[in-house]
Amino acid sequence: MTNGFLPVVWFFLIAALWIGFFFLEGFDFGVGMLLPFLGQNDDERRAMINTIGPVWDGNEVWLITVITAMFAVFPNWYATMFSSFYLAMLLIVVGLIIRGVSFEYRSKDSRPGWRHRFDWMIATGSFLASFLFGILFSNLVEGVPIDQNMNYIGGPLGWLNPYGLIGGLTIVSVFLLHGANFLTLKLEGDLRERARAAARYLYIFAAIMVLVLAISTYFYTDITTKIGVDPGPLPVASVVVLLVTIYFINRKMEGWAFTMTGLNIILTQVAFFLLMFPRVMISSLNPSWSLTIYNASATSYSLAVMSIVSLIFIPIVMAYEGWSYYVFRKRVKVDKSHLLY
Amino acid sequence: MNIVVLSRLQFGLTSIYHFLFIPLTLGLSPLVAYMQTRYYQTKDETYHRMTKFWGKLLLINIAIGVVTGIVQEFQFGMNWSTYSRFVGDIFGAPLALESLMAFFLESTFIGVWIFGEGKIPDRIHLAAIWLVAIGATLSALWILFANAWMQHPVGYIINPVTGRAELTDFLAVIGNPKGWLFFWHTITAGFATASFFMIGISAYHLARQQFIEEFRRSLRMAVLVGLIASSMLFFSGHAQGQYVYETQPMKFAAIEAHWETSKPASFSILTIGDLSGKREVWSLRVPYLLSFLACNNFTCEVRGVNDLQTEYQAKYGPGDYIPLMVVTYWSFRIMMTMGLLMIFSSLFLLFALRRLIENAKWLRWMPWSIAMPYIANICGWVLAEMGRQPWIVQGLLTVEDGVTPNLTPEQVLLSLIVYALLYGALAVTMLYLTRKFAIAGPDSAMHESVDVAPAFSFSQEE
Repeated sequence: MTNGFLPVVWFFLIAALWIGFFFLEGFDFGVGMLLPFLGQNDDERRAMINTIGPVWDGNEVWLITVITAMFAVFPNWYATMFSSFYLAMLLIVVGLIIRGVSFEYRSKDSRPGWRHRFDWMIATGSFLASFLFGILFSNLVEGVPIDQNMNYIGGPLGWLNPYGLIGGLTIVSVFLLHGANFLTLKLEGDLRERARAAARYLYIFAAIMVLVLAISTYFYTDITTKIGVDPGPLPVASVVVLLVTIYFINRKMEGWAFTMTGLNIILTQVAFFLLMFPRVMISSLNPSWSLTIYNASATSYSLAVMSIVSLIFIPIVMAYEGWSYYVFRKRVKVDKSHLLY
Repeated sequence: MNIVVLSRLQFGLTSIYHFLFIPLTLGLSPLVAYMQTRYYQTKDETYHRMTKFWGKLLLINIAIGVVTGIVQEFQFGMNWSTYSRFVGDIFGAPLALESLMAFFLESTFIGVWIFGEGKIPDRIHLAAIWLVAIGATLSALWILFANAWMQHPVGYIINPVTGRAELTDFLAVIGNPKGWLFFWHTITAGFATASFFMIGISAYHLARQQFIEEFRRSLRMAVLVGLIASSMLFFSGHAQGQYVYETQPMKFAAIEAHWETSKPASFSILTIGDLSGKREVWSLRVPYLLSFLACNNFTCEVRGVNDLQTEYQAKYGPGDYIPLMVVTYWSFRIMMTMGLLMIFSSLFLLFALRRLIENAKWLRWMPWSIAMPYIANICGWVLAEMGRQPWIVQGLLTVEDGVTPNLTPEQVLLSLIVYALLYGALAVTMLYLTRKFAIAGPDSAMHESVDVAPAFSFSQEE
């Protein structure tokens, strides 16, 4: 438990890590979900996987980093959040495992049945993780039954509720669109055109879901009346950037379309964290039982250690990860001799 | 069954399974990096083929190690939330630093290594595999600091208000001798595992007189590394044993099932006990050896379980502080046997390699030697973790008190079954691929899209 400056800094650092995770893994979850639908033959599916091949693993480390950073700087947040959503967390882990292993193993055997199975595992894993993360974050906004000892008492499936499901579907729809925009950006030829066409349909799904989520947030949560930091026009902006995506898709400006879906993910998350601040988990039973950055945090000494090490290593990590994106910036061809995964 | 038992079963299952893959990554990634370095220096195509072949098997192994590692980061919070709250201030930092310093490095550069060949300059491609190896090693270092703190807590105080452990000295945590002893032992175990993995597969091909040049060279490299690593394992194990005697005397006594304090103390190679496990019926003993293991002195006193139990009760209150003796006793002996076998077999191979060995009959049996380091690795961790029972953090928190309070047994049983099934399927797939590519040899590893006949299908659909 610590007061003062460092918990605030770390709240925003954790927020930045979550945002980075959703932005980056958002498109590779999207590509994963689209894989069995958009790729019509093995070469096309391999090309799709190759668009994210060199980077998906690094993207996933954002998640591992944010989880372990939460453990280190907000142990109570980590402990409460992961034990509250036990079965949801299990499904996320299963999703991440079957997806990760499939990327590495699908190309290592040429039998069609083998590859078909792994394609579906990639799609299922990507869907499970996206959907469940959506549910979890909606539950964080909505509030969960937490007692005075920070323990969850809502039952095994307490997180499975209408607002959670809306949030889950919204994330899935936005990631699908984000993934389709990414594919349009990274592929060539016929497959690229099909990705663009898919983006048009997915846009309708995403636009509807984002509006539904915005409206239901107003009804299901106290966040609009009990705001942490006023996010100003950010929530509205996040809806607007998503709605204008269609303009760029139709004008074949996929770079901008991708930027817009990315901005939607970022702005939604920024608004989420601003509205929550300084709470990290809202107790639906009693407002004073909520977890905040102060009662959930580690000691100031621990926070200081983490701050110093992070100050040194985060820039280094950003530099080499950025470099690896730069190295693999070229478009991917649907051509056997160039495909690796 | 209650949630403590189920959660322990789950943690044991997922951690042992995870650690099946880690030592090979630790040992094989620097060896592959070394092969590629030789290729880079000499432009000798044999080294290139070796790099690709062993690199392929390394990647198949890393994939499982990475995904099963995710579970670990989740389950401290999921199943052990009280433990997480208790230790978070200290235990979280090494985990976070592992992500920041090791996982990013490993994951980014493994992508660069797989996809970068031919696209980036050779020396950067070479640097990528070295960075993967460094990342793997750093990751081991940080997670072992975390575990070492559970065995031997240092640099903390217990906050009297919250009752939780708080970090007071970060340098003490990363200077914990336990952590460095663990690290030394684990890294050498990694090299020993990689060596016997390479020995077994190289022998398979040499026995069949195929890919002679690649596998003679691999075998030579592996035997040398294997001999050094398995000898080092003995020294690091011995040093660690003495530190265990100092810091966790109950664990040390449990390794020997040493009930009564004695001076000097003898070591039993085999014991047949009665059914209660508390009285021995017959044993084969080496005099003075336990004293030597405890303190490098053949005549020192070694405290026994009964005295320690009395002492612990006086210190921590009533309770049973004795680990499950049959597990600690036998896991130690199996580990030692495997260690000795590894030293003897690498010595034997070192002499055998002085002449041509392609016709030797025993080569056909060598692939079985791959099992030795794996058995030793499992036994080592079972010993380290079960020898600490009933503590989750030695002397501070028991396993029973660390579990998440509001889980239902059904939830944990469900997750345990899901993990068991999933991990079973992964093991089958992984073994299938490893076997297939190991048998197919270097030709198939030269390009990702070269098709290889499935390992088990001699008549199937292909």
